[in-house]
Amino acid sequence: MLLAAVTVLGAIGVITRKNPVHSALLLIATLMSVAGIYVLLEAEFLAAVQVLVYAGGVMVLFLFVIMLVDLEQRGKDAGARKKLSRGAVAGGIVLTLVFLCVLLSTFGMEPLGASAAGSEALRAGGGNLGSIALVMFRYYLLPFELASVLLLVAMVGGDRSRALQAVRDR
Amino acid sequence: MITADHLLYLSIILFSIGVLGVLTRRNAIIIFMSIELMLNAANLNFVAFSRLSRAPELTGQTFATFIICVAAGEVAIGLAIIIALFRNKETVQVDELNLLRW
Repeated sequence: MLLAAVTVLGAIGVITRKNPVHSALLLIATLMSVAGIYVLLEAEFLAAVQVLVYAGGVMVLFLFVIMLVDLEQRGKDAGARKKLSRGAVAGGIVLTLVFLCVLLSTFGMEPLGASAAGSEALRAGGGNLGSIALVMFRYYLLPFELASVLLLVAMVGGDRSRALQAVRDR
Repeated sequence: MITADHLLYLSIILFSIGVLGVLTRRNAIIIFMSIELMLNAANLNFVAFSRLSRAPELTGQTFATFIICVAAGEVAIGLAIIIALFRNKETVQVDELNLLRW
């Protein structure tokens, strides 16, 4: 409950703060509480990955870019926000509400019962990490390799975009 | 007792906040953070179903791992694009970027 409250409040804060640095810090809080929920759901490996990847990698990237890009933007942002027409905000909120209604209408189809016996069986199978490794490498080996290729492409792409930038600057 | 319903409600709220952020904010960095929120909502669903379904299995957690992987790559590329945009156009407000407007 507490974690859920922190998650929701943090997420609301992310999209309402004017200062992007505050948004980034609130995003950390949100993602950490999601990691806490993973722990409660006995997904310890995912919780660890969440903390490592998001707090360690993604957040550093975000803050780095904010510092690079947004220093002179703050005054501009405040001015620009006033220009944002009320209709646009209302449209966004209405669209979100419609979306929410569609999602909520899918509820009540079939309740899922929590079964503790299954998770006992999982724990007998060598713990969370071992079980995930078994599933991943036995049934999802190709997606795993694809994910590694994707990361490689992302790395090369990031590097290339900077290289192209340097060429254009010259 | 936490049931799957509670987690799905939380996930829906998180996803909707993300959608709202994408639709109403104009700072590209904040839009990226909202996209992260939506990806996390999806992850939460995967983990909830993998834990609380009738026959628990770990496929959901495996997929969530893949999603985190994709999200990390997406953030790296997206922020590189934002930096490139900023160096060319001196702005990260998405409504001032009208390169493709005819």
